[in-house]
Amino acid sequence: MFGNLSDRLVETFKNLRSKGKLSAADIDATLREIRRALLEADVALEVVKNFIAAIRERALGDEVSKALNPAQQIVQIVNEELVQILGGEQKRISFAKNPPTVIMLAGLQGSGKTTLAGKLAKWLKDQGQTPILVACDLQRPNAVNQLQILGESVGVPVFAPEVGNGTGNPVSVAKDAIKHAKQKQFSVVIVDTAGRLGIDEELMKQAKDIRDATDPDEVLFVIDSMIGQDAVNVAKAFEDGVGITGVVLTKLDGDARGGAALSVAQVTGKPIVFASTGESLDAFEPFYPDRMASRILDMGDILTLIEQAQKSFDEEQALEMAEKLAKDNFTLEDFMDQMQQLKKMGSIKNMLAMMPGAGKLRSQLDNIDEKEIDRTEAIIRSMTPKERKDPKVLNGSRRLRIAKGSGMTVTDVNSLVNRFEQAAKMMKTMAKGGNPGLPGMPQGLPAFGGAGSQANKNKKAKPKKGGKSGNPAKRAAEAAGISLESQGDSGSGSAFGLK
Amino acid sequence: MAGLIFWRKKKEDKAQVVEPIVEPVIESIVEPATLETVVAEPVVSEPELVLSPVLEAVELPKRKFSGGIRSLFSRIKFDVENLNDLEDVLIQADFGVDAAEKIVAQIKARAKSSGAKTEAELKQILTDLLTEAFTRDDIALKLDSGVQPYVILVVGVNGAGKTTTIGKLANWLVQGGAKVTLGAADTFRAAAVEQLATWATRSRSEIVKPTTEGQEPASVAYETVEKAIANGSDIAIIDTAGRLQNKQGLMDELAKVRRVIEKQIPISEVLLVLDATTGQNALAQARAFAEVAQVTGIVLTKLDGTAKGGIVYAIQEQLNLPIKLVGVGEGIDDFAFFDAEEFAQGLVG
Repeated sequence: MFGNLSDRLVETFKNLRSKGKLSAADIDATLREIRRALLEADVALEVVKNFIAAIRERALGDEVSKALNPAQQIVQIVNEELVQILGGEQKRISFAKNPPTVIMLAGLQGSGKTTLAGKLAKWLKDQGQTPILVACDLQRPNAVNQLQILGESVGVPVFAPEVGNGTGNPVSVAKDAIKHAKQKQFSVVIVDTAGRLGIDEELMKQAKDIRDATDPDEVLFVIDSMIGQDAVNVAKAFEDGVGITGVVLTKLDGDARGGAALSVAQVTGKPIVFASTGESLDAFEPFYPDRMASRILDMGDILTLIEQAQKSFDEEQALEMAEKLAKDNFTLEDFMDQMQQLKKMGSIKNMLAMMPGAGKLRSQLDNIDEKEIDRTEAIIRSMTPKERKDPKVLNGSRRLRIAKGSGMTVTDVNSLVNRFEQAAKMMKTMAKGGNPGLPGMPQGLPAFGGAGSQANKNKKAKPKKGGKSGNPAKRAAEAAGISLESQGDSGSGSAFGLK
Repeated sequence: MAGLIFWRKKKEDKAQVVEPIVEPVIESIVEPATLETVVAEPVVSEPELVLSPVLEAVELPKRKFSGGIRSLFSRIKFDVENLNDLEDVLIQADFGVDAAEKIVAQIKARAKSSGAKTEAELKQILTDLLTEAFTRDDIALKLDSGVQPYVILVVGVNGAGKTTTIGKLANWLVQGGAKVTLGAADTFRAAAVEQLATWATRSRSEIVKPTTEGQEPASVAYETVEKAIANGSDIAIIDTAGRLQNKQGLMDELAKVRRVIEKQIPISEVLLVLDATTGQNALAQARAFAEVAQVTGIVLTKLDGTAKGGIVYAIQEQLNLPIKLVGVGEGIDDFAFFDAEEFAQGLVG
């Protein structure tokens, strides 16, 4: 489908790299790509326009022309501005001094309010609060029922005097709920309301009435992360009609880039408080502006990845590895070491999900078998030191012995050996040749994004000298064959059955 | 555009129905379009249709979505000079950058050759373009194979409006004289079964619910078809749990639902319900569901809001999927058949 922003910027920067200083025209070309990426991520047009204007201004200033690598600087600015709009740092919900704290949920139909009410209740309960859920969605058939079931499964009582399905008055339910909560000393009251359209004046008035009746400490606007350009209209309507204090993004476990987050944050000026990330009642977390910025740009959560890689990768080992690569005596032993390094970096799935360009991969990510590393390890451990050093000695009977020793089949052993050979070949190439860094990344950081195809492209276009990757994580990843290469690219094996 | 015609077995003559002549019947009714039928009333076949003695055509009344969609043009003036503004307007209607650029280029080309300059002329070109893009001969629900019950499988992501759509559709079919059985194969979400049951009561349809907690959706779907066959339903509509298209396990489950149904009877329609407020991700949704569930048509819901649902342009262009129904509210009558011209005129205003 669409190339991600990293790919695009590589194209744009191809001609710029040698110049060292960006002209206004260069900046505009870059900004055009960024504009397109934002629009494809569903950021509202008016928000994009303001955003691009702000970037342009900063980019034309001294800041960039004096920078060592101006192209990188632009991306940096974009990221900073995004994080800034998305709320800078994490925001927490505010609790009332005199309990109960009242949290009201509002939003369009199908945005996920009722499910979120259940998750929020569970989360609060886990933090030692005593929440109560209030069923004020008397519109949608069996919404009350749904809330009752959710309440039961998280062990939180539900205040539901009306059966709903189009009957009953949500305002009086809300009023009674507060009385009830005070009497019974619940610490938090979560008010679920019916889905409504921003242009439905009657229902917006009703939402305001619920607000007035409950005097909530937080009015959380619940919005589907898949929403498109209409996000601005909807957000404005709820901000004007009900008045919101924070935003909750739902269905973030999907593969939408979630540009709406930016639109809503920009238009309402209200922080995004929570992200809802799955159907299980635990799939609920505080919102991280920096991660969202990377997701919108489809640049991956590079910073986190780098942090983790730096933390877990032993610098000395990395040097050693580099030497080995150069000397071309990379063995199965090293192969295993690298995989253990990878494991230290945390779940492979999480790590891959952080990589830029992984947008396309996310569906495959769910299918990765983490156990595969363990199995590979078992096979290597069943080899003699000699075999590990020189896989060429592996004849049929040795392979059979290894298979038996590791509880795998000969086919598994064969495929591991093949993958190792491919990886070794690839690393040799990398050590000698390319691995050009992706422009726009801090110096020395490799092109995580779309690694294979992109790296290859770059290699052809502009081979870079001094090839050893400065980044151990990259090499480890490539060695393990989890490069994000396109199918049919014979240069890469997959150690994890990604293909 | 005529209302929807669906073909069903004659009820009067049971003896004929039992005869195994279903297969030849399918071939004999290739062109139902020539039929003259009476609105909302079962009609006995015309003499020339003697070939299909066991079927009768029922025409269901047309539905329009009057006042549903809001015009694109509240703010901008529209002339040859500011066609770039039109591109912005289309982007704001979720057409996507590529589609918006393409449409504007086409308008420029047509305006050049026809010499159109005024706002009215250009709007007409846009209306024509959109009408052409959305016009196709397969936008009616395909209920004409003669193999009954016709099975309609309804799929989509969470919160798109599947259950509500089913309620409205069932009600309208029942009003048209059809016997409808609903299948509550959303066994995942809390109270989804009850929600569908409420719609079954409202629409006077039969319903098949899971008999045990957490029953496999595929098994509920199977039982639904089984019951629909046994109780002589004309149509079975099967609700499924909302699922995000990148969840492989859930998509596999959907493929299984499909397979299991088809063991008993062919599926007539697989409707993908899309929320009109959805942005560019709707394309990814349509692509994934089309592949797994073999979607035959789109239902575009929540068009009564401020969203325009422009992404369906790209969906239909890239995936060749017709939009068949639109949803315009929470009321039981708030839906309509998709009509390309109506949609285009509504958008351009």
